[in-house]
Amino acid sequence: MRYSVWALARNALSGHRAWPMAWKNPAPKKHYDVVIIGGGGHGLATAYYLAKRHGVTNVAVLEKGWIGGGNTARNTTIVRANYFLPPNSHFYEHSLKLWEGLTQELNFNLMFSQRGVINLCHSPAELDGFARRYNSNRQNGTDGDMLSMDELRKLVPALDVSPAARFPVVGGVIQRRAGTARHDAVAWGYARAADALGVDIIQNCEVTGLRMDGGAVTGVETTKGEFSAAKVGIAVAGHSGHLAEMAGLRLPIETHLLQAMVSEPIKPFLDHVVSSGAHHVYVSQTDKGELVIGGQLDGYNSFSQRGSFARIEDITAGMLALFPQTRSLRLMRKWAGAVDMTMDGSPIIAKLPVDGLYLNGGWCYGGFKATPAGGWCFAHTIAKDAPHDLNRAYTLERFSRNALINERGAGNRPGLH
Amino acid sequence: MMLITCPFCGPRADTEYVYGAAAGQGYPAPDAQQHELTEYLFLRDNPKGWHRELWVHRHGCGQWVEVERNTLTHEIRQVQALLQHEGKE
Ligand SMILES: Cc1cc2nc3c(=O)[nH]c(=O)nc-3n(C[C@H](O)[C@H](O)[C@H](O)COP(=O)(O)OP(=O)(O)OC[C@H]3O[C@@H](n4cnc5c(N)ncnc54)[C@H](O)[C@@H]3O)c2cc1C
Ligand SMILES: [Zn+2]
Repeated sequence: MRYSVWALARNALSGHRAWPMAWKNPAPKKHYDVVIIGGGGHGLATAYYLAKRHGVTNVAVLEKGWIGGGNTARNTTIVRANYFLPPNSHFYEHSLKLWEGLTQELNFNLMFSQRGVINLCHSPAELDGFARRYNSNRQNGTDGDMLSMDELRKLVPALDVSPAARFPVVGGVIQRRAGTARHDAVAWGYARAADALGVDIIQNCEVTGLRMDGGAVTGVETTKGEFSAAKVGIAVAGHSGHLAEMAGLRLPIETHLLQAMVSEPIKPFLDHVVSSGAHHVYVSQTDKGELVIGGQLDGYNSFSQRGSFARIEDITAGMLALFPQTRSLRLMRKWAGAVDMTMDGSPIIAKLPVDGLYLNGGWCYGGFKATPAGGWCFAHTIAKDAPHDLNRAYTLERFSRNALINERGAGNRPGLH
Repeated sequence: MMLITCPFCGPRADTEYVYGAAAGQGYPAPDAQQHELTEYLFLRDNPKGWHRELWVHRHGCGQWVEVERNTLTHEIRQVQALLQHEGKE
């Protein structure tokens, strides 16, 4: 059924009791052409593009909990494409372009809001660094503008731009096409669209082992039994290493803790996403009025999904420095996710050195924005058994050649990217 | 908060320490093969559970210590001095 204002009116007449399920709850088949492990945004997008662009419809997405309940549900929903290095720049620009048409394509309101992402600069050197990065973005076909202090004051009147600020602001940059999207809607929209094309979405189904024969994957073992599959794609974010281990592989990935939190709702006071590297904090305001606040990793390996209070203090201190008037706000919720940090801070979308096995992972703290392009490229890689130009650089093998894609220049310290 | 017992200073909050890296990577030999260098530099076990790792007591004695910590529960089982002091006081 197409969602539309007419459908809404029609269903209002029956008291909204007759809406069909957005996706079925099928009994698993014994064989699939492709099994995708992980029902987050990336796994569901992959299944959708496999069916939509490559005609591969005998596909199952196996999710150990409920779809979209992993990092997809935990992220701060920022979508941007202001990466410096060419492979990242092109990949994230492609993703942003897909986001721009996705609500229509999926017939599901993703609440994609291109409100603009502003990065504050607190020193002339930082401003120069951003000027270089944004010039390069423009050369690569992505938008990006420098902001004068006057423009900054106008766009973000709540920002403390006084010279007495903890780290005085000297300028900023904006990517106007960047913004936020509704996280759950992305998982649900892709799930509904994939289901309509014949994909089986199987929830409460944890993959516990990979079946191998002569160095090739032949299927998966799960809490709902065994399935055979010609190809298996892994899209499990922080659990990538765990799944790869089932095939005897080690990955250049460590799983780290990333926290975020929201305040109580207040009247509109922040129209953009505002981010400050010096304070390690970024803030945006939801349509409900809550401030969504995020910052850096807790700093050590963890699968606990439970962040430390020290980090909450850091993050909120940064927000208070930028927006002193938020000091009386109460926090409503905080949470943490297990993120898959690679050794160079860039993702892996590639065939693994085991036949029939593919990996989409290593999204670090920034894979929500990559959901459309990640699924798009992963579907291509699985269907064609070869990467698309956009993910050709995102191999696992780049680490053996030291051909790193290291935006931050932070070395082999996943926690620092 | 995690309480990490420094062998030199005693129990201190994790905020006094900075996390380094997974322990026991073993330094590669001078004539190591490419794949050994790759393993040393980039590949990690990343276990769900007990993990041996290096922390530095940055806001304390400044020494590196090896900590055995559970990545699911944050429980700490053992902390050891990384370098043996050789008679220097
Ligand atoms: C606090 C926080 C803030 C963030 N903020 C941003 C942001 O502002 N912008 C941005 O772009 N990114 C952000 N991210 C990163 C982003 O959330 C992730 O990179 C992205 O959502 C990853 O999507 P995914 O589909 O790969 O993973 P997930 O949504 O985690 O999906 C993986 C799924 O695999 C399932 N799974 C795991 N193991 C198994 C198994 N054995 N069998 C079956 N299923 C399994 C899990 O249950 C899970 O549902 C943030 C992350 C966190 C934690
Ligand atoms: Zn000490």
